[in-house]
Amino acid sequence: MSFQEIFIQQVVNGLLLGSFYGLVALGYSMVYGIVKLLNFAHADVYMVGGFCSLTLLTLFKDTFLGNSWTGIVVSMLITMVIVGLLGVVIERIAYKPLREAPRLSLLITALGVSMILYNSVMVVTGGEYRAYKTGLGFQGISIGSVFVTHTQIILTVAAVALMLVLHLFITKTMYGKAMRAISMDLDCCRLMGVNCNKIIALTFFVGTALAASAGTMAGVYYGSLHFFMGFVIGIKAFTAAVIGGIGIIPGAMLGGLLLGLLESFGTQIPFIGSEWKDVFSFSILIIILIFKPTGLLGKKESERM
Amino acid sequence: MSEIVLSLKNLETKYGQIYALKGISLDVYKGEIVTLLGSNGAGKSTTLKTISSLVPACGGTVEFYGKNITNAPPHEIVEMGVIHVPEGRRIFKELNVLENLEMGSFTLKDDVERRKRIERVFELFPVLAERSKQAGGLLSGGEQQMLAIGRALMTDPKVLLLDEPSMGLAPIIVQGIMDIIKTINDGGTTILLVEQNAKVALKLADRGYVLETGEIVMEGNADVLSKDDSIVKAYLGH
Repeated sequence: MSFQEIFIQQVVNGLLLGSFYGLVALGYSMVYGIVKLLNFAHADVYMVGGFCSLTLLTLFKDTFLGNSWTGIVVSMLITMVIVGLLGVVIERIAYKPLREAPRLSLLITALGVSMILYNSVMVVTGGEYRAYKTGLGFQGISIGSVFVTHTQIILTVAAVALMLVLHLFITKTMYGKAMRAISMDLDCCRLMGVNCNKIIALTFFVGTALAASAGTMAGVYYGSLHFFMGFVIGIKAFTAAVIGGIGIIPGAMLGGLLLGLLESFGTQIPFIGSEWKDVFSFSILIIILIFKPTGLLGKKESERM
Repeated sequence: MSEIVLSLKNLETKYGQIYALKGISLDVYKGEIVTLLGSNGAGKSTTLKTISSLVPACGGTVEFYGKNITNAPPHEIVEMGVIHVPEGRRIFKELNVLENLEMGSFTLKDDVERRKRIERVFELFPVLAERSKQAGGLLSGGEQQMLAIGRALMTDPKVLLLDEPSMGLAPIIVQGIMDIIKTINDGGTTILLVEQNAKVALKLADRGYVLETGEIVMEGNADVLSKDDSIVKAYLGH
């Protein structure tokens, strides 16, 4: 393979990986922005999303929906709603009663929710890997010796489209603006007549639904699911959110894509093996944070009194 | 006398074990400007926060047109027409001026009406129209105060609770803000004004109450209060 071909191949791989990270990072960032909580359970919601869509897809297999794209899209959408509601329930039961409590208590609760989720799935699945069987083929496009499957292209486009929809929602609708306003000043929003509990619940719904969509896509892409699959991507997505500037929505998308690209290029460094890719990508991220501690899009408060 | 719009009866609020309001009673009549004076820590801001339900009352009642609204959810109080412009203006710094105003009309579902109200605020504060796309945090102090008041007007309030609108502003700007408060009042909005700057407040207000460590120690017409010896000594400074 020529240098150019390797480059293109890694860009494609990196974008796909990065858009998964981005989708999960968005949930971390939104929730952090609005309730200042590092929601450790978020990674497990991603995993639950994978299993939920697999269950639905298995049900659809013999119906007219099939287990090809139609079935996958329908099961992903239903999964987003179901798991989104799970996110709302988690917030209502585990986090809302602690709204005024010290943030550390909330953090411990989030860890607890995370354990409940992955242990429940472990019990149900017996801790085994589950194959994510789809009816998709391996057709794709070749550019020179670069090969990209249709699945890769569709998943990347879908992930980016979801991010764009979210961006429009956040910047154009009243509910989206209220989310941003709450992340700046919750009490003041209450004075404006914003029903903050409703908006916080909505934030959890949207963030969790996005993670569930990423879980579905990961299942389709990797072809298998495991109850602990959220762990690594959770750490990476959280990192992506911090790199972009936690609480800042375009930052989470940018951070996700950047981390994905760094990782896939990290596999190509001469003389060291691809198992060093994380060392490579995280080293660069540390350097970024040294120069930009608030993250790439994080800015100092513009304040005048 | 005209109708009582807002009535506090023996209102009590505490932070932890300490009473911030020890049973205060006051009435605000329709179309009035009533000012609440007092030094730091007297309980002025707490009174407003208790009315708008940001802090819970632990005794007594808040009535709005005779209806008990004590400890109702804050958004319901806003929908009834009582709106609180908090101390320090609390602009959403990263939202632009227009978005800040839109947040003020969050309870409104009608986009046409929303645009109408924005136009009305822009008429009252032309400088906000010029800066409608600028981030709230980049406005000057006076402009931020205008935005805070404009944002409150977006709910089309019956009562406006203003907390220290003159804070940190140059005297000439303060006068401008006070003139606008008068204009808003002339338009039929009742105003409860909390101020440390007793001089400007009493010039503007119809009546005043003086708070000291959570209790009302004096009340009366503004012109009477502004001549009262103890007030002159304590709050007017000369």
